[in-house]
Amino acid sequence: MNNFQYSRAGDVADAIRLLAADPGAKLIAGGTNLIDLMKENVERPSRLIDISRLPLRDIEETADGGLRIGALVPNSDLAYHPLINQRYPLLASAILAGASAQLRNMASVGGNLMQRTRCPYFYDTATPCNKRRPGTGCSALDGLNRNHAILGTSKSCIATNPSDMSVALAALGALVHIAGPMGARSVALTDFHRLPDDKPNLDTILGRSEIITAIELPPHSFPRNYSYLKIRDRLSYAFALVSVAAAIELEGNAISEARLALGGVAHKPWRSMEAEAALRGQAATPDHFGHAADLLLQGATPRAHNGFKIALARRAVVRALIQAASATPQSQAHKKIA
Amino acid sequence: MNAYVGTPTSRIDGRAKVTGAAKYAGEFSADGLVHGFVVEATIPRGRIVRLDATEALKVAGVLEVLTHAHRPPLADKDEAWKDEVAPEGLPFRPLYDDMIKFNGQPIALVVAEEWETAKFAATLVRIDYEQDGFATDLEAERGRASEMDKPHKPRGDAKAALAAAALRHEADYLVPTEHHNPMELYATTTVWEGGGKLTVYDKTQGVQNVQKFLCAVFDKKPEEIRVLSPYVGGAFGSGLRPQYQVVLATLAALALKRSVRVVLTRQQMYGLGYRPMTIEHVALGARPDGTLDAISHEAIAVTSRYEDFSRNDTGWAEQLYKSSNSHFSHKLVDLDVSTPCDMRAPGAASGVCALECAMDELAVALKLDPIELRLKCYSDRDQSEGLPYTSKQLRQCYARGGEAFGWARRNPAPRSMREGKELVGWGMATGVWEALQMPVAVRIVLTANGHAEVSCAASDIGTGTYTIVAQVAADALGLPIENISVRLADSTLPQAPVEGGSWMAASSAHAVLGAAEEIRRELVHLAKAIPGSPLADLDAAAVTLVDGMIAGNGKSGAAVSIPDAMRHSKLERIEKEKLNQFAEDKSHARNTHSAVFAEVKIDEELGVIRVTRVVSAVAAGRILNTKTGRSQIMGGVVWGIGMALHEETVMDHRFGRIMNANIAEYHIPVNADIRDIDVIFVDEPDDRINRLGIKGLGEIGIVGVPAAIANAVYHATGKRIRRFPITLDKLLD
Ligand SMILES: Cc1cc2nc3c(=O)[nH]c(=O)nc-3n(C[C@H](O)[C@H](O)[C@H](O)COP(=O)(O)OP(=O)(O)OC[C@H]3O[C@@H](n4cnc5c(N)ncnc54)[C@H](O)[C@@H]3O)c2cc1C
Ligand code: SF4
Repeated sequence: MNNFQYSRAGDVADAIRLLAADPGAKLIAGGTNLIDLMKENVERPSRLIDISRLPLRDIEETADGGLRIGALVPNSDLAYHPLINQRYPLLASAILAGASAQLRNMASVGGNLMQRTRCPYFYDTATPCNKRRPGTGCSALDGLNRNHAILGTSKSCIATNPSDMSVALAALGALVHIAGPMGARSVALTDFHRLPDDKPNLDTILGRSEIITAIELPPHSFPRNYSYLKIRDRLSYAFALVSVAAAIELEGNAISEARLALGGVAHKPWRSMEAEAALRGQAATPDHFGHAADLLLQGATPRAHNGFKIALARRAVVRALIQAASATPQSQAHKKIA
Repeated sequence: MNAYVGTPTSRIDGRAKVTGAAKYAGEFSADGLVHGFVVEATIPRGRIVRLDATEALKVAGVLEVLTHAHRPPLADKDEAWKDEVAPEGLPFRPLYDDMIKFNGQPIALVVAEEWETAKFAATLVRIDYEQDGFATDLEAERGRASEMDKPHKPRGDAKAALAAAALRHEADYLVPTEHHNPMELYATTTVWEGGGKLTVYDKTQGVQNVQKFLCAVFDKKPEEIRVLSPYVGGAFGSGLRPQYQVVLATLAALALKRSVRVVLTRQQMYGLGYRPMTIEHVALGARPDGTLDAISHEAIAVTSRYEDFSRNDTGWAEQLYKSSNSHFSHKLVDLDVSTPCDMRAPGAASGVCALECAMDELAVALKLDPIELRLKCYSDRDQSEGLPYTSKQLRQCYARGGEAFGWARRNPAPRSMREGKELVGWGMATGVWEALQMPVAVRIVLTANGHAEVSCAASDIGTGTYTIVAQVAADALGLPIENISVRLADSTLPQAPVEGGSWMAASSAHAVLGAAEEIRRELVHLAKAIPGSPLADLDAAAVTLVDGMIAGNGKSGAAVSIPDAMRHSKLERIEKEKLNQFAEDKSHARNTHSAVFAEVKIDEELGVIRVTRVVSAVAAGRILNTKTGRSQIMGGVVWGIGMALHEETVMDHRFGRIMNANIAEYHIPVNADIRDIDVIFVDEPDDRINRLGIKGLGEIGIVGVPAAIANAVYHATGKRIRRFPITLDKLLD
């Protein structure tokens, strides 16, 4: 760990000012990811700007019937909030599928969106990694890549985004609200995380001096037919090999609206408009689900050790859609897969 | 007589542990304590050509950077570095020279006023290496394997018998490298007492081993170094040998003439010992009725370039199963890694895993029930030496475990049992371990108020030694357990070996009996000396200590209280120390056994595995404490589940580096992975092995568990996974 300065931001504008003034500065919220990376000398911020006391902890209804969630709402508070439970249970479920109770108590919404990949080479400063040190090469391409991406990869990086919450947010069509020196802006969550292309050091489109202030959920909330299905190497407290956020609306047995997002397979939550369009108007049958899964996984390319993810993802998509259609979502408390 | 032995007595140190009153090696403090942080090598083999600590030394608060080129003297003779349990070879010497022998090797110690300062300054130490060619991949280097000691002499002609067998099963099973990951980090606090004296609080399984080692390495007299390890937060074999942090903390204390603490990080602990990756090749030849004609078991395991570490992986078949022909061999491949070390049930956990998977495969080929096959080959003698056992109730383990599990309801066909989307599999395996016993000395100080202090240098590594020592002492002295205090793990206390191999329960219990007997004799003598003593006419052998009294056996009612007897002779305390040696018995084999039954439920499409039930029926002589004993077995079962499904140290052989050196990515079971565990202790009276009939429980709990689960996975899915751990990708088509 390096020596760093510590400042506490008084308000959002102050945080932005502090960021702009010091190119090596980093925001810290719950610290559950950043501190780990600092201990490994992967992140070496010259300054930590503590935003944990900023008033970004509200969950409010928006004029159009959606919800606005402050960037500092702890993951646990969000997962157990009555409005989230009643209206966006997919999001609650995805959050509870991640990390441990203790981590979720500390972790913030903004930090969760910004958490970095778990690629082992990224964590080990003795190995080459383009994400950590651009231009040094990607050790995972021909190395240990069982946990790596099968979609949207590049020659420079095949890392995955590890967040569970983001997968549900992608499916729900969330917006990310950002404040920066040039004012405020918002982007769709699906545009917030980047693909690695030739700049894997950049995980998101967030500018250097910008801060996430909130996320916004649109009114469409899929309270009944949803499921978050996470497949991992032990039954709890492990990152996803593959995860699926599935949400549909049914008229009789016909699908009127469908959302699908995959986690653990790409540098960002993976959605395909084509796959979702293919479900609309169709009967909720395993065949149609399989077809949608194929569309979602179009272009998937395996590396030496992660080929299993393609078949696994396809099966997981089908299962999650069956769970959603029958309104028997995967329980995060009971580890048996419904 | 037995108010405590054999009962579920709660841990006498339980309260101290859960309230934080129990202090661990890294928690002791001293005036002026400073902190060391280790700098590790990032290459697997080569030489340090430049090590520049200039920048580190400039940091305010940094006191010293110790390196091979800048440090107090260390012994140069290899003998000095050989601890009590060192394997063959030339032990690793931290900060000794410029040679790099493994990734993660300590190459400098930054010492600072604060731990954080030392950790920061450690990042400023610049190292240039000259890297040599290296090899870390066992499978790639398998061809280089060279024969080690043969665990047992061959019998008959296994090769010919295999070739002629009606039915054969032959396969490789791969057990990966695994790390112990005890909860407590490796730590040493070396207290500078002045006058060249040091008190060393170390995380270790053997304080006297560490004490002798430090004296040799630093050329100190025995009275100059005292080592203590009052509580150990798990070690599982990783603390049998002195670890490098104890050398570094002591080196720094000598360099600075100050007290120094060195705590390793979780990541650094992956540079210590580990269970070596092993390719277990098992071949079995049988007749159609299940009679075994041949057993061949060859193990090929990792070791370092500088030491030959090997354990008995392959000899177990000879004890378990009758076969007229057998062949066993153990080969090593030396790689550019640190030396492996003991890890719970070393050798057996891996070797019996392969053997018991192979037996299951043979049972399938023979269309025999797995238990039936094992009973068919059951041996009442250890065939390696042709010896009978002091006791062996393995048949009862099969029977009682099978009954509790419901084995009779098993449909033998793979994929035949299911529940909704899940395939259900039932598997079983046998477990075996040795019942060892070692010389241990115990001192008892009895005071006239009827309190006794029992002390011994043995460690309690979390297994419950404090408690069983108190139980045995309370019963032997006829005192309530509240009146017994136990001191352990101080090198100045009476002699004990390292705590390992499951030998400490039997060894320490009998040492307590020995010292208690001396106390009893003295008390009888004192009681008889009282004028008009009711015991005057009784033979000393007919007097026992019971309920705080020195009492005649039987109904005579003749008794003198301990305080009366002692005060009459104006004695405030009686102190007795006794070394207990077990009589050598070369005419019997001594083993513990178990039968493990496991149920798995596997999502057929997704491959997700749940271990829903485990029944472990254990025959291990007399169980001293059914509560801590049960905990031991449950812990072993949990670990066995991890070995079957989760644990694997993953190395990138291009860098020779471990890539999951942390417990987020190195998976062990979490609560969600653990469901019902049923522990059954089978009655196994044994008056031959030792007076109390104790065999020990530390290792047996894990042995057989991975195989039982792997066999259940086969039964559920029809897929035989021979590369551990069984992760779900291996089950997907
Ligand atoms: C052992 C372990 C297991 C885990 N398992 C899972 C899992 O299974 N699934 C899962 O989804 N997650 C998992 N996590 C990750 C966890 O969810 C994240 O660490 C957490 O969400 C990060 O939130 P934080 O507030 O602590 O972020 P911090 O560590 O404080 O910050 C992380 C990053 O976000 C930036 N940041 C924080 N807030 C803002 C903001 N408002 N605007 C802009 N940038 C910001 C920081 O600068 C930093 O770069 C695990 C973590 C650990 C340690
Ligand atoms: S996959 Fe990305 S993060 Fe991993 S080594 Fe390659 S560049 Fe680095």
